[in-house]
Amino acid sequence: MSARSARSAPGRRVGDRAATDLVGYLLRLGDDALIAAQRLAEWSSRAPEMEEDIALTNIALDQLGAARALLTYAGELEGAGRDEDDLAYLRTDREFANCLLVELPNGDFAVTMAKLLFLAAYQHPLYGWLAGSADDRLAGIAAKARKESAYHLEHAALWTVRLGDGTDESHRRMRAAVDEVWPYTHELFATDDLLERLDKAGVAVNPAAVRDGWLDTVEKVLDEATLTRPVDGWTPGGGRRGLHTEHLSYLLAEMQVVHRAHPGATW
Amino acid sequence: MYDVDAQGGGLLDEVEAAEAALRAAAERGAQAGGAGRERFDALIAADQKIEPRDWMPEAYRRTLVRQIAQHAHSEIIGMQPEGNWITRAPSLKRKASLLAKVQDEAGHGLYLYAAAETLGVGRDELVDLLLAGRQKYSSIFNYPTLTWADMGAIGWLVDGAAIVNQVPLCRCSYGPYARAMIRICKEESFHQRQGYEILYTLAHGTPAQHQMAQDAVDRWWYPSLAMFGPPDGESTHSAQSMAWKIKRFSNDELRQRFVDMCAQQIGALGLRIPDPDLRWNDERGAYDYTQPDYAELMRVIAGDGPCNRRRMAHRRRAQADGAWVREAVVAHAKKAADAKKAAAA
Ligand SMILES: [Fe+2]
Ligand SMILES: [Fe+2]
Repeated sequence: MSARSARSAPGRRVGDRAATDLVGYLLRLGDDALIAAQRLAEWSSRAPEMEEDIALTNIALDQLGAARALLTYAGELEGAGRDEDDLAYLRTDREFANCLLVELPNGDFAVTMAKLLFLAAYQHPLYGWLAGSADDRLAGIAAKARKESAYHLEHAALWTVRLGDGTDESHRRMRAAVDEVWPYTHELFATDDLLERLDKAGVAVNPAAVRDGWLDTVEKVLDEATLTRPVDGWTPGGGRRGLHTEHLSYLLAEMQVVHRAHPGATW
Repeated sequence: MYDVDAQGGGLLDEVEAAEAALRAAAERGAQAGGAGRERFDALIAADQKIEPRDWMPEAYRRTLVRQIAQHAHSEIIGMQPEGNWITRAPSLKRKASLLAKVQDEAGHGLYLYAAAETLGVGRDELVDLLLAGRQKYSSIFNYPTLTWADMGAIGWLVDGAAIVNQVPLCRCSYGPYARAMIRICKEESFHQRQGYEILYTLAHGTPAQHQMAQDAVDRWWYPSLAMFGPPDGESTHSAQSMAWKIKRFSNDELRQRFVDMCAQQIGALGLRIPDPDLRWNDERGAYDYTQPDYAELMRVIAGDGPCNRRRMAHRRRAQADGAWVREAVVAHAKKAADAKKAAAA
């Protein structure tokens, strides 16, 4: 059964393989966006320039907006009565499906920009593909997010070049940041059964297919920034299966603390 | 839900009227003849705007720089108490509006620094004065945000007081400041509305939420009253500012206006104002109320509020941590310019 018919027959969603697959996929996308937003929001009132404070908040707001649309859709499709807040605030660490890249601490501004560059260079083509997904609602969310991620990519690329080709100190920091974050990019392109099924159904793209484009984009930026692409080696992963770094639990503890302290309350 | 626009709307109408008056003055053109002080006095008397190119008394310029800078610093430091709750906002919708609100405050800071720049003082210079402790920001931001309900109380009371203070500034005699204030006041009214909605939701929620909301109003009420400054008899800058049409109403007039506005809204919120002596006075056509503790206000202004050191340390750290980034921007721009020159040669 295709996602399209799953969507048009709400009574049969639960237990439907295609719907369950899509819920799982929406959670991956939504959690990537939510956790990225949470980290970016930590910069508020701390950025190196006031204009940059505003820019980082814009990107955080874009990611948060995409997260809300994706999680809301996941909750509706799941059919268990969970809304965006139930999914954001009441799942445990092991139930989050985001990639490890987004949960890494912000580090200095160079680490934040390296994370953003790698994420946006992945989200932009991914959302571009998903804008033509067989699932209309996902396609609509992706079409909006694609435009936003073009700006995120441009912004991160601009900073990577400025910092890489700036002072000796900024070059050293940007190089260290790229080296530190690089291993976590492999997980973005890892495939599994769920992705292969959705790929076959025309709902999602196997991310392995966007890696060449990603490398192309990233290498051009690194080159202009007088930086070199790190050597591939260690490939940490597991986020899609709920196996995270030690950082996620702290992030969630902070994000969920008020909501969890008042069960059933509305805000 | 009680219609907060009925109150906020009156103030917004004033903002619109100020904007219309500003446009009309611009269309009339400067009708004042003469030059120097004579022309300045004539412009002020005719309710025309003073523009950056116009001659102005040095004391007028200094007063404006001091006031606009303090206002700009307040927007920037004011990001901290609310920024404190962004990562813990209890719903994604509230998280998004709080993020956007704190971002608006950064934008307000930028408009105001730009307005100060028209008087010949750069943003960097003003920020240095703030970090050196030689210029002030609103003392309200030296109080801590202890619970989520403080986001509601700040929006309703602190942004509310800011609007009451700032709406008359939309008619300020200095053009760039008046125009910045028109833009800012429109956004502040959203903030007040958001704060009201947060408080309303909490007050009508669980008993624990209601208590949280009342506690926040209890803590923020008197500091908000103190935002209007010392009582008229003790205010040092007021008379001259009134004559220059920078200030249009006295501290006490504005404070009264704020008290009346809040007293009318508190019932619908389902909360109470922590002042047993708050009551309508038919004769005065206004509410009687208890004055805030001005000795406390002076202590906080002098640096001994609960969060003065924390707010300044936060700002200094952000500035210091970003230094290498700003240096890189300059170095990169120079490299790019040199490369362009080399290519052209
Ligand atoms: Fe503001
Ligand atoms: Fe505000």
